[in-house]
Amino acid sequence: MVDDRNSVKNTLIVAIGLSIVCSILVAGTAVILKPKQEQNATDFRQRIILEVAGLYVPGTAPDLEAAGIEARLVDLESGEYVETENAAGFDPVEAARDPAQSINIPAEFDIASVRRRSALSPVYVVRDGDAIDQIILPVRGAGLWSTMYGYIALDSDGNTIRGLRFYEHAETPGLGDQVDRPEWRAQWEGKRLFSEDDEIIIEVVRGTAPENDYQIDGLAGATLTARGVMNLVHYWVGGHGYGPYLERVRGGRGDS
Amino acid sequence: MSDAKKVLLDPVVDNNPVTLQVLGICSALAVTTSLLPALMMCVAMMSVLALSTAAISSIRNRIPTNIRIIVQITIIASFVIVVDQILRAYAYEISKQLSVFVGLIITNCIILGRAEAFAMKNPVGASFLDGIGNGLGYSAVLIVVATTRELFGAGTLLGYTIFEKTADGGWYEPNGLMLLPPSAFFIIGLLIWGVRTWKKRQVEKPDYQIHEVHRTEVL
Repeated sequence: MVDDRNSVKNTLIVAIGLSIVCSILVAGTAVILKPKQEQNATDFRQRIILEVAGLYVPGTAPDLEAAGIEARLVDLESGEYVETENAAGFDPVEAARDPAQSINIPAEFDIASVRRRSALSPVYVVRDGDAIDQIILPVRGAGLWSTMYGYIALDSDGNTIRGLRFYEHAETPGLGDQVDRPEWRAQWEGKRLFSEDDEIIIEVVRGTAPENDYQIDGLAGATLTARGVMNLVHYWVGGHGYGPYLERVRGGRGDS
Repeated sequence: MSDAKKVLLDPVVDNNPVTLQVLGICSALAVTTSLLPALMMCVAMMSVLALSTAAISSIRNRIPTNIRIIVQITIIASFVIVVDQILRAYAYEISKQLSVFVGLIITNCIILGRAEAFAMKNPVGASFLDGIGNGLGYSAVLIVVATTRELFGAGTLLGYTIFEKTADGGWYEPNGLMLLPPSAFFIIGLLIWGVRTWKKRQVEKPDYQIHEVHRTEVL
């Protein structure tokens, strides 16, 4: 009986049996826990939106509506709002995969290496009374290993950065994941995207940045990740990204 | 000490997987910058260890010897995925901090080591206890390292301020080295030294003698 366990028959039985049991175990757990995990991911994204806007109250469930954040849908090419019931539920990453809802980004514009982007994109508007206080834009782009997904919050002038945060990336732990460090994130706050003549000037430099309002320290050991962050900001605030929308916001026409 | 108690408690100090066998060092460096993720890692590691050694032990007489490592790894990997999924569902933020390291439990030598050395030869109950025991041994080291690193690197424990930092108007100037991976090497090294000074029996005989240089050879 004991010698029997090395027979071809027993080897096959154990191999196949084990595979079946293990796949049921793994697949079962994944399927049962999926709704909970998706809820967590959504909550986390909403929390990042609140944090980047400086509106997050620690210890509370993230709720955009309660915080006075209004989700709108924007046609990126024209920069105009598109009326819809469910702007908050619109997933630009999902839409970018659907050929009917997205466009190919020509290589010369694709500095963030995202390849496709949806034609429409949600933006989050925070108001101070009637006037726009700040806008929050979903951004994404390639780092060293992974696509980094995040939000950038801009002042109503469409130029000054209020915050930049990522909710998902798979950069090197300990090096590339310094993009999440509060000290580095804080450097972006108050920086300007555009120069006086509307050129994009925001820049991540190697080493320590000089004291000015458009350059940011590089990340030691994560040069490419930091450059990826710069590139994705450049792409999304540029003419092929939210540029037309930002122009409307700057002209005070982001209200309607 | 009864057998069961010995199996359970032996790996904590006397036969610690990290300090004596020097296994599982990679994750001990990576997840110990602060205490909370380290604790979560300990729980994940212990669950995987106990469940997989018990599962492997339960079919130990049927596992064909020529595919036993594959069988063990399959079982270990399945439990790691299950634990990872549970963390993502119920401890989302910590699972984000632990990132790849929960998945890397699969490659942690402690688990395959216990499966091969203990679970393949012992009954289910004992194997389960051995898994828990080795998990405790691993956890003890992780907790010591993480406590030291968080306390001296950030002045906090579990996020609560213990030493008021100078940046916040206190007296403590955090030691930035503690937050970098090399500090874990130093702490684990000191820990191994400490344990071997306390338990002389753990000191290994040198594998070779350094050859003495004679004056004639130099000339």
